[in-house]
Amino acid sequence: MAVPTYASPLERLWHYTRLTICALIFVFLIAPIIVIIPLSFNAEPYFTFTDRMLSFDPEGYSTRWYSSLLTFGMQNPDATGWAFWSDAWANANWIKAAKNSIIIGVFSTIVATVLGTLAALGLSRPEMPFRRAIMAILISPMIVPLIITATGMFFFYSNPCELLTLIGLDPQCGRLAGTYLGVILAHATLGIPFVIITVTATLVGFDQSLNRAAASLGANPRTTFFKVTMPLILPGVVSGALFAFVTSFDEVVAVLFIAGPEQQTIPRQMWNGIREQISPAILAVATLLVIFSIALLTTVELLRRRSERIRGVTPR
Amino acid sequence: MANAALDPHAAIATTASGVGQGLLTTADGKPLARALVRSQRRARRRAFLLVLPLLAFVVITFVVPIGQMLQRSFYNDGFSANMPQVSAWFAATERGTDPDDAAWTALAQDLVASADARSIGVVGTRVNYDMPGTRSLFTATGRQVRGGLEPPYREALLEINETWGDPRLWSVMREASTPVTANFYLAAVDRTRDDEGRVQQVAEQQRIYVTLFWRTFWLSAVITALTFVLGFPIAHLLATLPMRQSNLLMILVLLPFWTSLLVRTTSWMVLLQQQGVINDILVWMGVIGGGQRLQMIYNQTGTIIAMTHILLPFMILPLYSVMRTINPSYVRAARSLGATSWTAFRRVYFPQTLPGLGAGAMLVFILAVGYYITPALVGGSSGQLISNMIASHMTGTLNWSMAAALAALLLGAVLVLYWLYDRLVGVDNLKLG
Amino acid sequence: MKTTLILSTALGGFAFAAAAQEVNVVSWGGAYEVSQVEAYNKPFTAETGIRVNMIAADNPATPLRAQVEARNVSGDVFDVEVSDAIRLCDEGALVEIDPASLPAAPDGTPAADDFVPGALLDCAVANIVWGTVISYNTTKFEGDAPTTAADLFDTETFPGKRGLPKNPKRTLYLALIADGVPAAEVYDQLATEEGVQRAFDKLDTIKSDVVWWEAGAQPVQLLADGEVSMTTVYNGRVFDAMVAENQPFEIIWDGQYMDMDMFVIPVDAPNPEAAMEYLKFATDTQRLADQARYIAYGPARKSSASLVGLYQDGVTEMGPHMPTSPEALANAVMDDPEFWADHAAELTERFNSWLASS
Repeated sequence: MAVPTYASPLERLWHYTRLTICALIFVFLIAPIIVIIPLSFNAEPYFTFTDRMLSFDPEGYSTRWYSSLLTFGMQNPDATGWAFWSDAWANANWIKAAKNSIIIGVFSTIVATVLGTLAALGLSRPEMPFRRAIMAILISPMIVPLIITATGMFFFYSNPCELLTLIGLDPQCGRLAGTYLGVILAHATLGIPFVIITVTATLVGFDQSLNRAAASLGANPRTTFFKVTMPLILPGVVSGALFAFVTSFDEVVAVLFIAGPEQQTIPRQMWNGIREQISPAILAVATLLVIFSIALLTTVELLRRRSERIRGVTPR
Repeated sequence: MANAALDPHAAIATTASGVGQGLLTTADGKPLARALVRSQRRARRRAFLLVLPLLAFVVITFVVPIGQMLQRSFYNDGFSANMPQVSAWFAATERGTDPDDAAWTALAQDLVASADARSIGVVGTRVNYDMPGTRSLFTATGRQVRGGLEPPYREALLEINETWGDPRLWSVMREASTPVTANFYLAAVDRTRDDEGRVQQVAEQQRIYVTLFWRTFWLSAVITALTFVLGFPIAHLLATLPMRQSNLLMILVLLPFWTSLLVRTTSWMVLLQQQGVINDILVWMGVIGGGQRLQMIYNQTGTIIAMTHILLPFMILPLYSVMRTINPSYVRAARSLGATSWTAFRRVYFPQTLPGLGAGAMLVFILAVGYYITPALVGGSSGQLISNMIASHMTGTLNWSMAAALAALLLGAVLVLYWLYDRLVGVDNLKLG
Repeated sequence: MKTTLILSTALGGFAFAAAAQEVNVVSWGGAYEVSQVEAYNKPFTAETGIRVNMIAADNPATPLRAQVEARNVSGDVFDVEVSDAIRLCDEGALVEIDPASLPAAPDGTPAADDFVPGALLDCAVANIVWGTVISYNTTKFEGDAPTTAADLFDTETFPGKRGLPKNPKRTLYLALIADGVPAAEVYDQLATEEGVQRAFDKLDTIKSDVVWWEAGAQPVQLLADGEVSMTTVYNGRVFDAMVAENQPFEIIWDGQYMDMDMFVIPVDAPNPEAAMEYLKFATDTQRLADQARYIAYGPARKSSASLVGLYQDGVTEMGPHMPTSPEALANAVMDDPEFWADHAAELTERFNSWLASS
């Protein structure tokens, strides 16, 4: 974003002031993340920069928290080579937790995003009846304190068929509490308000005549949606999905109630034993996640640039 | 299908052919008014069908379970279900009636039955909500009367504990004898009932919930304002930079977002505390002396800083996704028509960002209202918010009725605010459709 | 009917099925869980062949109550605080446990006499006794070191911030002790309006110097950072910091607040026999003594005391570090669950109201 050629000196000054302000805000955003990286190599089990760390004494640093991520929960942490890694992959608590977090996060995001986007499309049509009331119902999972939601959901998931007694059916059926499906559905419910709010906001600026134009040119509704609507509201859908994923990825209360021993997630593992101690292993996890997401986002960006080059689109 | 997709506009488009024949009709000869109504109904149905799957999903997995949970805020049969005879006596007599022999007999028989059924704790817990200190009265009496009690019951019970004769206790039991009660809501706004059942404020040193409600909403508003001030420039920068650069900077916004709440809260403790990184740097630079380290955490400042940081991405991303859709030629047109850059921004650009701002503010505010882990860990003595009390009633005192009453009030308050916001700022003015 | 059948097949596939020979234990997680796994679970599985699944909870009483109310009990044994054990028992959520069925001490003393007072309830058996104690960072005081609870309230002689938990249960008693009330009279005082006011008046004297902690993990961190010079802290946690992590901390046993953790079995537990077997095994003399090898919490049986040996580092004698040692018991307040079941809500409200007023 260069200064336009017609800018006055005052505007130029403002332009650079603004960049400085933005830089400071970025520092604010990123400082807590920067801090955890060196602390994750602390040799002591505290969240403190020790004197030995500050004097760059190698004694003050250690990778013990990283190795504890692997070995905690393993059957035989002293094994070597292939046996070690297959044991870690199958039994290490943190690795199991990571696998669960990803499975639960991805599926709940898919459910929340698909249902949420459809509903947002309906909600932003002018002819939608009872829009306000329905909107209020749909965003309410965000408002009720999680501990209440989680307890209420636990009762429901313990015997989901109990609802059917209302219409006179036999209420006996399996339970969802303690299953992957249960946790996924619970997290999807929690993620839905985020998708609704962001997608409806994007649709506000959406020009409905584009749909009419597509239709008048002979496109059927599905084509219209995927070729016209979807690309335009995509940023909103993506940020909604992102919110939904993060909600699931960092959620611990519902997991505490609904998940069984098989569905331990990363945050569950982080809060484990907080009555006694917060293990600095959580900093190692956070650092690994930071590295992983930088790698992921960079790859996505590089792929995007490549496809732009191939398609011959000039970047804006 | 392709034709149907054109509704209701298809109907309007075809009206032209019907003009000039007295009654307006569509091309196929039907009256226009009826065709319009029908097509509108179809459009409404189609819009509703889009929403229906999600609505059904949320109603089944959320509204019904939460409804059952919140029902506890006004329905508690802990006393009435386990003390049926004395409850019947309360129902048959007027408030203020002194307990007669029938009452004492009913009470004694209920106590014995309840003690044998091991439900006396439930009864005591229920009465204790309204009259602290009585839970042990019930459980201790229950242990003594297990297996039977000899008449005269009044004297027998008074001998076990004199409190059984306390008029306040009888008044509270009368309150508890009906399962439907407003007392939990009264308690949630720092009110209670006196012996005659009149509503009054609780003693001054017991008042807490109203204060906490105000504090929660006030803090949330401050945090929402701060995220706007910090988030707007960032979103604007990201939206106006070329894609290549903005996507790289976007990583900086997303990184904190991926990082666990617990990790970020811990990290702010490391940064902000008196022996923390920021104070160390300030002392090292000589800005402050070693003895005047700033107190930036374990007070309101700490809560605001940490929560603003945690919620900032929820403001930036909606603003950004809306700003991306704003056509830059509008601002250029305004400039070319003679507007200063400030006027162009204020009159042309800013109004177009309002939907994003609305969504962001709603997300941040509502999330801030519900957060309690961060304020509890970094907020010091001012770190108790209303959600803390809800959690403490759920997991600590196990008074789920009280937790449900507080949660229902919180839900109600946020929905009222949402409605006001819709009215004043106008979600509709933002053309939510 | 058909719908039900299909649904039950679909959902049944997801529900985790309980195998015959296992027992699910819900506990508090972290280092405490590790000590239970080492001292109870491993020998239990070796002896009986019953697998033990540990499940960590924030406070096991909450899922217990939810599971019993939802009639979907998945845990067999829960590790809960005394006040919750009493409350849940009175509400009929727990199985009654006959003390006579518990194993006797090695010398033949029946269990009913072997457990410390308060450790056997109608539905619960204590496994450990733990203390909330005062601890200080020795590098913070150059002259005399603090020795009593009153020193915590003396910021003139012992400068620096203080760490206190953000709840009434573990603060009010300390204020009274520091104000000169003998440990035995603390609850008599707290039962009166004057006594409660006296405690708050004492707390007022240091209110501006207090860093309030919420999770048990916090106070040791605050001490290590030097953010506070003295704090109350769980004794097992600070022992770990002193011995395993070589931190310059000391414990003041004066004004210790003693608490117990209890094993309970919910009604409708999926494996009631295995649960009972586990409970008996885990609370026998040897097992309780073994646990002290891994964490500095005291055994709830008197006969275990003489069997308590060395810490897992092989050099530290655990006896003096137990909250049940004679020095630790000299001026200790025992938790009174009946009092707190009656007054927790009232005093929590008052405490928060006091915190909120400046």
